[in-house]
Amino acid sequence: MAPYISLKGVSKSYDKFLALDNVDLEVAAGEVVCIIGPSGSGKSTLVRCVNLLEQYGPGEITVGGIPVCAGKNLAAVRAEVGMVFQSFNLFPHLTVKRNVMLAPMRTRKLDEATADARAMALLKRVGIAEQADKYPGQLSGGQQQRVAIARTLAMEPKALLFDEPTSALDPEMVGEVLDVMRGLAHTGVTMIVVTHEMGFARQVADRVIVMDGGRIIEAGTPAEVFDRPSQQRTQDFLKAVLSH
Amino acid sequence: MDIVRTFFNWPVLVDSLPLLLTGLWVTIQLGVASIVAGLILGLVVALLRMYGPKPVAVIAKIYIDIFRSIPILVLLILVYYALPFVGIRLSSFWAAWTALTLVSGAYTAEIFRAGIEAIPKGQFEASQALGLSSRHMMVDVVLPQAIRIVIPPLTNNCINVIKDTALASVVAMPDLLKQATQAQALAANPTPLIGAALIYIILLWPLVALVARLETRFKRGVR
Repeated sequence: MAPYISLKGVSKSYDKFLALDNVDLEVAAGEVVCIIGPSGSGKSTLVRCVNLLEQYGPGEITVGGIPVCAGKNLAAVRAEVGMVFQSFNLFPHLTVKRNVMLAPMRTRKLDEATADARAMALLKRVGIAEQADKYPGQLSGGQQQRVAIARTLAMEPKALLFDEPTSALDPEMVGEVLDVMRGLAHTGVTMIVVTHEMGFARQVADRVIVMDGGRIIEAGTPAEVFDRPSQQRTQDFLKAVLSH
Repeated sequence: MDIVRTFFNWPVLVDSLPLLLTGLWVTIQLGVASIVAGLILGLVVALLRMYGPKPVAVIAKIYIDIFRSIPILVLLILVYYALPFVGIRLSSFWAAWTALTLVSGAYTAEIFRAGIEAIPKGQFEASQALGLSSRHMMVDVVLPQAIRIVIPPLTNNCINVIKDTALASVVAMPDLLKQATQAQALAANPTPLIGAALIYIILLWPLVALVARLETRFKRGVR
């Protein structure tokens, strides 16, 4: 079966710095892939290239067979691929419910009542239906990130990109967001999760990818990567993050 | 008592008041027309400068720089006295409107640009990731947030435009200042000028106070 998301020989450089170095990756539909690695290893850059928040080149990325590049295809790709950011990026001037309703009303031409009903269902699913009429600034970080997930789900994406979704959260709020993500995994939606939550990666991922210096240095099942890492750098990284 | 009779002559003021009020009405019409046109022009120029194709962006930047450099009085005299030589003959009202709009548009464009640039990058990225078109990103996400940031400086600009309408008296537009100088000549007494000055202050003081209030409110970080 053809992979849903495919990267072939993707590189990306900022001035002289090579952020992605000839990366190949194939993600099957419905698969959950966690990307781990030291900061600056290119994890975030990789997921941001998939919906072209970062320009890349050379190389080729396709989503559902559609090449990811500037032009009219881009809207089609972005409609299929949702993204959850480290810093939530909710729209502060709109209520929680309006945040969730906006994109479907504008791009899917949903009418107000349908969008409202769908938003409420999604907010219920992430456990914050009672906050629907508040503004993002009135919510805790964990609640905001759950709203951001609901906002993304409102577009009914086939794939979800998570860019360190719990890194900006206070420790006591990490769990509630991971719970929502756990609930999404293996429901048919393809997930690429950049994370520092090793427990989550081990428990939820079908495949764990380790990046360093813009390259994928190791990939395998959680058991393979966490218990029997083949690369010295993977061992060093895991030792560093798991020692505290 | 001479000072009072000279500068604050009540009968003279009462006599000249109808003239001053017709002048005020012209001033307000010119001010509002220039402010509205300047806002629209400024928004368009700001968007062209930030998101237009390179040559258009460069032209927008040159426009902004030129009209922020030229004194309004010079521009007004150019429009009113020089343009007729190429067959463009504007009434004093429309000549003043053109000059004020061109200058206000340049300042407004810079205000809008600063407001849009103050919106965090994440707002643009979230809009794009959700598949919003550029138009919807601006209309639904960026501009509503930018408006709050630009309201104090825009109000300031409105005050400046209204003040600058007085320059139109130079091209014989019957605005508040022009009517006041006329009334002064008729009455051979400067009281109408004092009256006009007071009317300008009464008109603009509330706006000045509003700017001060908005600035402290936004500084407190109400979002």
